Amino acid sequence: MDMPFLSPHDTDLGTPEKISDQQVSLHIDGHPVTVPRGTSLMRAAALTGLSIPKLCATDTLEPFGSCRLCLVEIEGRKGFPASCTTPAEEGMVVRTQSTQLAQLRRGVMELYISDHPLDCLTCASNGDCELQDMAGAVGLREVRYPSIEHHHLTAQKDDSNPYFVYDPSKCIVCNRCVRACEEIQGTFALTLSGRGFSSRVSPGESQPFMASECVSCGACVDACPTATLVEKSILEAGQPEYSVVTTCAYCGVGCGFKADMKGTEVVRMTPWKGGKANEGHACVKGRFAWGYATHKDRILTPMIRKHITDPWQVVSWEEAIQYAASEFRRIQGTYGRDAVGGITSSRCTNEETYLAQKMVRAAFGNNNVDTCARVCHSPTGYGLGMTYGTSAGTQTFKSVEHSDVILIIGANPTDAHPVFGSRLKKRLREGARLIIIDPRRIDLVQGPHFKADYLLQLRPGTNVAIINAIAHVIVTEGLVASDFVNTRCDMESFQAWKAFVVQPHNSPEAMEPVTGVPATQVREAARLYATGGNAAIYYGLGVTEHAQGSTMVIGIANLAMVTGNIGKEGVGVNPLRGQNNVQGSCDMGSFPHEYPGYRHVSDDATRHSFESAWGLPLRKEPGLRIPNMFEAALDGSFRGLYCQGEDIVQSDPNTQHVIAALSSLECLVVQDIFLNETAKYAHVFLPGSSFLEKDGTFTNAERRISRVRKVMPPKGGMSDWEVTVALSNALGYPMHYSHPSEIMDEIARLTPTFSGVSYDLLDRLGSVQWPCDDQNPEGTPLMHVGSFVRGLGQFMITQYVPTDEKVTPKFPLLLTTGRILSQYNVGAQTRRTANMAFHSEDRLDIHPHDAEDRGILDGDWVGVSSRSGNTVLRAHVSERMSPGVVYTTFHFPESGSNVITTDNSDWATNCPEYKVTAVQVTRVRQMSDWQKYHQQFDEMQQHLLRPGPEQMTPS
Amino acid sequence: MTQVILGGLDGNRTWRLADYVARGGYEALRKALSGMTPEQVIEEVKKSSLRGRGGAGFPTGLKWTFMPRNYSGDKYVVCNSDEGEPGTFKDRDILRYNPHALIEGMILAGYAMGATRGYNYIHGEIWSVYERCEEAVQEARDAGFLGQNILGSEFSFDLFNHHGYGAYICGEETALLESLEGKKGQPRYKPPFPATYGLYGKPTTINNTETFASVPWIIRHGGQAFLELGKPNNGGTKIFSVSGHVSRPGNYEVPLGTPFAKLLEMAGGVRGGRKIKAVIPGGSSMPVLPGDVMMQLDMDYDSISKAGSMLGSGAVIVMDETTCMVRALERLSWFYHEESCGQCTPCREGTGWLYRVIHRMEHGQGRAEDLDLLLSLSDNIQGRTICALGDAAAMPVRSFVNHFRAEFEHHVTHKRCLVEGSARQEKVA
Repeated sequence: MDMPFLSPHDTDLGTPEKISDQQVSLHIDGHPVTVPRGTSLMRAAALTGLSIPKLCATDTLEPFGSCRLCLVEIEGRKGFPASCTTPAEEGMVVRTQSTQLAQLRRGVMELYISDHPLDCLTCASNGDCELQDMAGAVGLREVRYPSIEHHHLTAQKDDSNPYFVYDPSKCIVCNRCVRACEEIQGTFALTLSGRGFSSRVSPGESQPFMASECVSCGACVDACPTATLVEKSILEAGQPEYSVVTTCAYCGVGCGFKADMKGTEVVRMTPWKGGKANEGHACVKGRFAWGYATHKDRILTPMIRKHITDPWQVVSWEEAIQYAASEFRRIQGTYGRDAVGGITSSRCTNEETYLAQKMVRAAFGNNNVDTCARVCHSPTGYGLGMTYGTSAGTQTFKSVEHSDVILIIGANPTDAHPVFGSRLKKRLREGARLIIIDPRRIDLVQGPHFKADYLLQLRPGTNVAIINAIAHVIVTEGLVASDFVNTRCDMESFQAWKAFVVQPHNSPEAMEPVTGVPATQVREAARLYATGGNAAIYYGLGVTEHAQGSTMVIGIANLAMVTGNIGKEGVGVNPLRGQNNVQGSCDMGSFPHEYPGYRHVSDDATRHSFESAWGLPLRKEPGLRIPNMFEAALDGSFRGLYCQGEDIVQSDPNTQHVIAALSSLECLVVQDIFLNETAKYAHVFLPGSSFLEKDGTFTNAERRISRVRKVMPPKGGMSDWEVTVALSNALGYPMHYSHPSEIMDEIARLTPTFSGVSYDLLDRLGSVQWPCDDQNPEGTPLMHVGSFVRGLGQFMITQYVPTDEKVTPKFPLLLTTGRILSQYNVGAQTRRTANMAFHSEDRLDIHPHDAEDRGILDGDWVGVSSRSGNTVLRAHVSERMSPGVVYTTFHFPESGSNVITTDNSDWATNCPEYKVTAVQVTRVRQMSDWQKYHQQFDEMQQHLLRPGPEQMTPS
Repeated sequence: MTQVILGGLDGNRTWRLADYVARGGYEALRKALSGMTPEQVIEEVKKSSLRGRGGAGFPTGLKWTFMPRNYSGDKYVVCNSDEGEPGTFKDRDILRYNPHALIEGMILAGYAMGATRGYNYIHGEIWSVYERCEEAVQEARDAGFLGQNILGSEFSFDLFNHHGYGAYICGEETALLESLEGKKGQPRYKPPFPATYGLYGKPTTINNTETFASVPWIIRHGGQAFLELGKPNNGGTKIFSVSGHVSRPGNYEVPLGTPFAKLLEMAGGVRGGRKIKAVIPGGSSMPVLPGDVMMQLDMDYDSISKAGSMLGSGAVIVMDETTCMVRALERLSWFYHEESCGQCTPCREGTGWLYRVIHRMEHGQGRAEDLDLLLSLSDNIQGRTICALGDAAAMPVRSFVNHFRAEFEHHVTHKRCLVEGSARQEKVA
């Protein structure tokens, strides 16, 4: 059932696909071929199985026509046109081989080789070098040019980047890297400096790669036909033997990758051209930061202990599972059935998440299951569910290619969703208009060949005020898409909403003092969104992680409806989901009130279907959410927790509160690949498996279900799903699965929106977007076409309510948090890779005025204190911030960003208000008390781990 | 003798708007705007048989018809004043002594093709000329010849000067467009041609300075009168930049079809009474012709082409009997090696090898097989590259070897020069 091994070498058709409703027919070397109008001769030839020699052409980049190897002869035309830049025309007769062409191509190859080192046997690209291939293809037999002093063979290598080396001596000036950086990544970090024979690729202003604007996406390395740009891993390990297609385990873009393998060792990850989310592109994390999977910090053996102050005891899987099961049963016996619960992981597969919630509901016998989506996109689920009827984004990523206006709210795609960020930038370069609502000047505000039309730099916590003001302008200025609203939406709800938004207190002028955004800007931006053509909204955690997170999601949904921007290409409401499988973990019934497919546990019909499938009665009352679990732990009614692949100590707000709750548990079972911060409070540690060690599926932000494939055996001996099965069996609720595909089959049987999904289908299509059922056997790329999932779109009133978290003279600044490109969330993975070279600590971004007021210089240590706690970070003075707002990331446990964040949360879903914390910032000389505590505790826990995991052998 | 562009000029003293108007300047514009349709303007240009003066000699009127008529967006006219071909210095003098002729020509072209904006891209190494053009454009703007509703008509047009930084390749029209857009000057592949996808992707027509500067005369006096200045298919006058071993090098505007012997005489004949050896009739990239062949030719597109070279930009480089052809070619090859943009492999790598091989011949290190290598290399460059720079580098090599093979062979076998009095006559190796 699994995909067979692939060759590490992709088929390259030379030039990108052209879409046209007209076809042209021609003859190439006597073969008839019919292709869409606009298709290059090179691609047409490749499609018939002929391969025209080429070096500067590749099907991921627009043709360039410079290598002159692909020249052909066309009957009736003089000269030798380049087949990559010449479109096929009706009736053409093309020759790709002739004596003259052979002579010509040999001449070109001879010139290439006259300035190329001939160290092929010891070259990193030996076996994967297009120059080598072409020399063979054209039959080069001699080089008549003697070696000279003026060549490039002695040029210095640049190995400043942690992941790849640039060797100018091997450069053939094909420009592919430069074009990849421009066309695919959109960073424009590379150029060809010099002219003529002196031309060489140069990052930035002839700087080393690390000093340039390069973001290490690796597109240049992928594009390079020689060993000029080559992965250090390939230099070290040699060429891969085979490849396996899988899905990235970082952000919610869900890029398709080929794991390039040698035996069971990954030697390279290359973005898969067939991956529909990424279409052959990747970022620094997915492409390069996979070394954590084999890091020495991996814990590979199960461990148990009675108290968290006891040394860890290495035990067998069986003993660990039995111990955990007996503890859970003991706790339930003593404190009641509801005294235990579980947390599923957005890092794990759909199948694993499904099993974890199944175990809680069936084996624990309660609904105390929740997931980390609680702290990120739970308001998205609520808001889009209420208004549209589906808890997910409406489009595919590719849809942005049809957008005329793009509205980005509280998201930073170039850092957090880089591959989508590149798609977006491409559309912006083509001329789409851009509105950004964000307290920070994110990179998308201005970049190479694009600039935001409007940056509404609002005060944190005033999202709803802005969205109401925009709606006010649209309604009062007569910009409502009446046809859409009349036919597609619930009119009663629209009238009520309309009456609300037209109230003067919602006008941009009235809201200006609240948001800090000039009313004229809001008005202009609103007009642009409503009248600029296809308008798409992309949003991130800057929308959801607020006291009014759900309100804001509803506000966004209202806005798209009132302007008719739903149900077609180029429009929609698109949450940019943070983690690889956060969409999937929500889909799989990880919330305490919902079964897979977002169906309430109190719904009898749904519950009965699960009861009959699982063979036991199930509870109809929703269970505890994560914050409720903490409360219950502190009041003594919740005593045992199974936590799979989530580091709640580092990622949840108000760390002190989380620690207090976990410290009060009698049994905390942590299943993870590392001894994370949460595991330091655990009694049972079960080794987890990385995405390379198991089969399954991830679902990305566009509802796309993609296969994750096992390329190496689980390093700890068991895949995560097998661990859950074992634990459930030990709890007395037997599960029988021999492969994750069987779990997916069960999901499909029990979940209408997944009813058509199977591993066979995924192998056939590559991926599929749910709903996938009888009506949509190949999935649903575009949602709400013709009608909403809930029938009529529901408008809802979104009254702006200021957050309780207010600035005061004591806490005069607002802190907002987020993530950056090279690190990922709690950093457990990326901190254990060479990405540390890009970002080695969390810093506090502060505006120059706020810094100057406090005597803070760039690089100073500063204390950051809030009503919850305080910590110390290094200051980074930056004009990206607006005055009064500071920003930090939460990638490093020792920085304690969440020591400062508060218990405030979304009214509907308890999603924490990470984005608004009132703080004061002062220069300091030493660590905070919490950091001292953390350091001591960490040292103690490392000590309790000895003998260190590196000396242990898997059981 | 009528001079279309240089006639009536008096050096630096008569370049201003008032002088130009006194010579009848901007009358053509008045005539066109008050009584001619754009189609009629193009028709006159076609009738004149004006051919592109930048080097390729493409019929200007025909080129103007390539611009889409009913195009809703911006259209551009661009003047290629990036004169960089060794031996060519006519556009510099047009811009310096008669800038308004160009300005008026571009306005007329804009009117004829429905373009509202023009750019004059000036070679980067003639800064004072750029400054003068700026002044002239301002004069024209102040006088109402540029801007909104020119001379009270419906037609609006504005013109901007832009200076390059001296790269030869930016004189290639598509590299010029790239450079004008702020990018690195590298030629684009064609098709699409600039008339459909030009500056900023919009329909664009690019003509040489001398071409545009001829247009006012054509409109004033009629296409037929211009044609009659020259000969059929070679209408009008042409400015020849005569240089090399002549007594009075300089720009000479003469009717097309003027015998070369007459042009040489105007330039004072060969310096020091020596014998003529060779002439490059159209700028350094055109094939060289032996002096005795040249002495029989007329200076027009068709005659020179028939003799195996091209009229090109009209840069006439005269070489006398003391010239070592190997050394001359070495110098030319260095130029193309230095100026190759680096995009196409045959040119990027090949121009270096052309130079290196000729260099070693010149320095007495040539090998027996080198002549064949040179010719085969030239074959591999000519016609194989995106732009014509590859051809420009290869054509001189082939013609030099073709006409003066004995000199090259002598360098290889005797490690010294055949030519009496040349620098390498002493044995060097």
